[in-house]
Amino acid sequence: MYANWVERVLDIAIALFLWALRIVVVLVVVVGSLLTLASGRFAPETWAQLAVDGAAIGSIYALLALGYTMVYGILRMINFAHGEIFMSGAFGGYFAAVILAGNGFLNANPLASILSIIIMILVAAAIAVALSVLVERIAYRPLRNAPRLVPLISAIGASFFLQYSFRGLLGPGIFAYPAVGILNQDVGVPFIRVQWIDVLVIVSAVLMMTGLYLFVMRTKLGTAIRAVSEDKSTAALMGIDVNRAIVTTFVLGAAMAGAAGVLYGLVFRQVFFFTGFIPGIKAFTAAVLGGIGNIPGAMLGGLFLGEVETIGPTLFLSGLGVPSPNQLKDVVAFTMLVLVLIFRPSGLLGERVTKQRA
Amino acid sequence: MALYLCLVGIVPTFGERALIDDIVTLGQASLLLTALVVGYVAALRVRAGDPGQRPLRLVLGGTVAGAITGLSLTLLVLLGSVVDLRSIAQPAGPELYDLLTFDLGVPGAWLPVSVGALMGAIAGASLLLPVWLRRALAVGLGALILLGLFAGILRTPMLSSDLSDLGRFLFASNGLTLEGAIITVVIATGGDILLRRLDARKRISRLSEAQRRVALPPVLLVVLVVVLVLPQGLGPFFAQVVALVALYILMGLGLNITLGLAGLLDLGFVAFFAVGAYTVGLLTSTAEFGIAQWPFWAAVPFAVLIAMLFGAVLGLPILGIRGDYLAIATLGFGEIIRILAGSDLMKPFLGGPRGIINIPKPIDVPPNDFLAGPQQIYYISLLCAGLIAFVAWRLRDSRIGRAWVAIREDEDVAEAMGVNLVQTKLMAYMLGAAFAGLGGAIFAGLIGSIFASSISLQVSINVAAIVIVGGMGSIPGVVLGAIFLIGLPELFREFSEYRFLFYGIALIVMMRLRPEGLLPSRIVRREMHLPENVEAAGAPVGSNVAAEVQERA
Repeated sequence: MYANWVERVLDIAIALFLWALRIVVVLVVVVGSLLTLASGRFAPETWAQLAVDGAAIGSIYALLALGYTMVYGILRMINFAHGEIFMSGAFGGYFAAVILAGNGFLNANPLASILSIIIMILVAAAIAVALSVLVERIAYRPLRNAPRLVPLISAIGASFFLQYSFRGLLGPGIFAYPAVGILNQDVGVPFIRVQWIDVLVIVSAVLMMTGLYLFVMRTKLGTAIRAVSEDKSTAALMGIDVNRAIVTTFVLGAAMAGAAGVLYGLVFRQVFFFTGFIPGIKAFTAAVLGGIGNIPGAMLGGLFLGEVETIGPTLFLSGLGVPSPNQLKDVVAFTMLVLVLIFRPSGLLGERVTKQRA
Repeated sequence: MALYLCLVGIVPTFGERALIDDIVTLGQASLLLTALVVGYVAALRVRAGDPGQRPLRLVLGGTVAGAITGLSLTLLVLLGSVVDLRSIAQPAGPELYDLLTFDLGVPGAWLPVSVGALMGAIAGASLLLPVWLRRALAVGLGALILLGLFAGILRTPMLSSDLSDLGRFLFASNGLTLEGAIITVVIATGGDILLRRLDARKRISRLSEAQRRVALPPVLLVVLVVVLVLPQGLGPFFAQVVALVALYILMGLGLNITLGLAGLLDLGFVAFFAVGAYTVGLLTSTAEFGIAQWPFWAAVPFAVLIAMLFGAVLGLPILGIRGDYLAIATLGFGEIIRILAGSDLMKPFLGGPRGIINIPKPIDVPPNDFLAGPQQIYYISLLCAGLIAFVAWRLRDSRIGRAWVAIREDEDVAEAMGVNLVQTKLMAYMLGAAFAGLGGAIFAGLIGSIFASSISLQVSINVAAIVIVGGMGSIPGVVLGAIFLIGLPELFREFSEYRFLFYGIALIVMMRLRPEGLLPSRIVRREMHLPENVEAAGAPVGSNVAAEVQERA
């Protein structure tokens, strides 16, 4: 009886604590935003500018999140090495760009620049796909039926292996992406500075995501993928090659990640061996945010996360008198991850899978 | 076969990697070893596919595999002589080519392929030897490599002691001498053969229970003495390393409760480590940010308590979620705390990147005392580790310990059996956090200061890797894991750059071959080798691996 009584009290305490947490978060967001807006320190143009930046980085997160969400959907596993696949794509794009810049093609004329970017994306996607298939074959496939934590640990191992292989190969230095002249020109939107790079990132992300969506929804292989993620053994009984569907999933995710790597490189103009880690975790956040296993959800989650982490620190925190709130960008993103996991583990669009056992 | 080919494809990368540390002989040894292993594995495959066991085939299989390995290096040299590869592979410079071709340059490009073939052939032929001899030779080779690695560390103290003649005989200024190498191989090989002849293991197991009980105390005593005198007399560097290992044993044991017993993969261990370290820093520092200037020992209980409190506050909301989500969420916590510690927001309190300095040593002794410097940290850590081990051991069979194991095995069933999931998990999480805080507090005492840059994800990964590689839920496993994963990379400074590469490989290999860890607890081992798991891993690769494992056993 005593134990029960203690447990009851503890349960109530836990519930109260969670409610208090909700209230604190809402208070910080609302009061912080109001104070910031009331202070009038930031012009409307600033917000619009932040929104554009947020949409650009959000598109990149969305592309990455697709890989997480599809692999999770089909294998119920967090592909921890996805961020490193992204990084390998960024490096692939970098080397393609260096070669293209070396013979002057990169900035020869606008058409050549666009062609160069397409080549960079293709090279990046090829490298990312090759690595991803290798990782799946070596680190994931043999563990497909192992207890839940086993493939996750293996994935963490793969992540570190890739990171430090690149470090060993290329050294710990930071590589500067060659500049593509036309991308830094202004589009000419009044009041705010929208560069062609922002347009490129957003448009290409939307194009790729639409392509992916159509592929998964309309093609035979896409149907196979969806069938396998519903029920592996039944799908196998229906004559679907489960391995092929899974590898296709990895290929698609990796191609998106590779492309995202190039876009990231073009936006931030630098890449090094640790580039993929933090964006990887954030993209996973985006996938959870949108509802893991859900493709449109991942796109939405990515954009949302990009916007919140870009606008959030300034909007919520600067009004509260926090010095240099932009340092806390990642804190905002990770806090959001934790909050989503606590209060809406099913995500914005997803079904409830967090409590469900694989 | 496909798996094998891709292994070969990876080989040159490995080769380059091991070479970078410009200990030429070691680099070449690693390549030879690679060819040897590839040849051996290939020959094993050949034998598995060929019940007739024709000797020529084995040798041929090994030769071809070794030659392919060498060929990739030959191609690398040829390619490298035409194009400068350094932009995409930094190590691929002239030094590497000289190393590959034994200083002959491009004309020597045929050398790797032939040497590789030779090594492969030797490996293939070794399968023809009787098992005991093969094993003994492998032991000899292993001893040689191990001693070669340790040469630098062993030589210095040997030269300054009574053993200086022996030291000079065995070790040159950079590695083993030829005589030393030969003697090492002979002793190790002979020793192994001798031990097998004597059937040492069987004799031990034939001892009666009573005899063993009599033998146990002296053995334990010897171990204890070795452990106690370990940091003395081997110089400050070695003392620092063993202190660090002891500290990680302590933290590994803490995480072992969270991860090993309750099955909660906590990748944000560093968050509580930071809380503990900063609490001690704030309470004891005599410099700018110190608020109390307490003695070290008064601050430690507070550090542990506050870390535990943080564990409760951070753990409460997230412990309801599923295991793999938990890993990511805790990773997020680690990052949040790390960024906060270095941010301008906390700068007025925690000093930002400049950190808190002037944290007093735990025990104030004159510099030449046997407790000076890292030695005292070693003893303190060991003492605390012993304490934690005791707590963990007692808890394991208690009511809550059984509840933890039940949760680890199956949350739903545990809940149905009346285990309160959130509260039970919270206990495990808070205990882990408390021990992480203790680790952080001792770390602050070791370094004498605490900076935001000390709080890195690597601490979390180190600790998690120790527990996983050592064996979840097993106390000796944690000790072994800490020695392997912390001690070795610290000792071989050249390799410490590649520490995380080895972690990555180790984690994957462990998960594939021995998911229960090096020294697992009995229950985990049984659980990981349930018949359904073995059966379910029926994919071609899995069965190959299983066959290999059986082969080796």
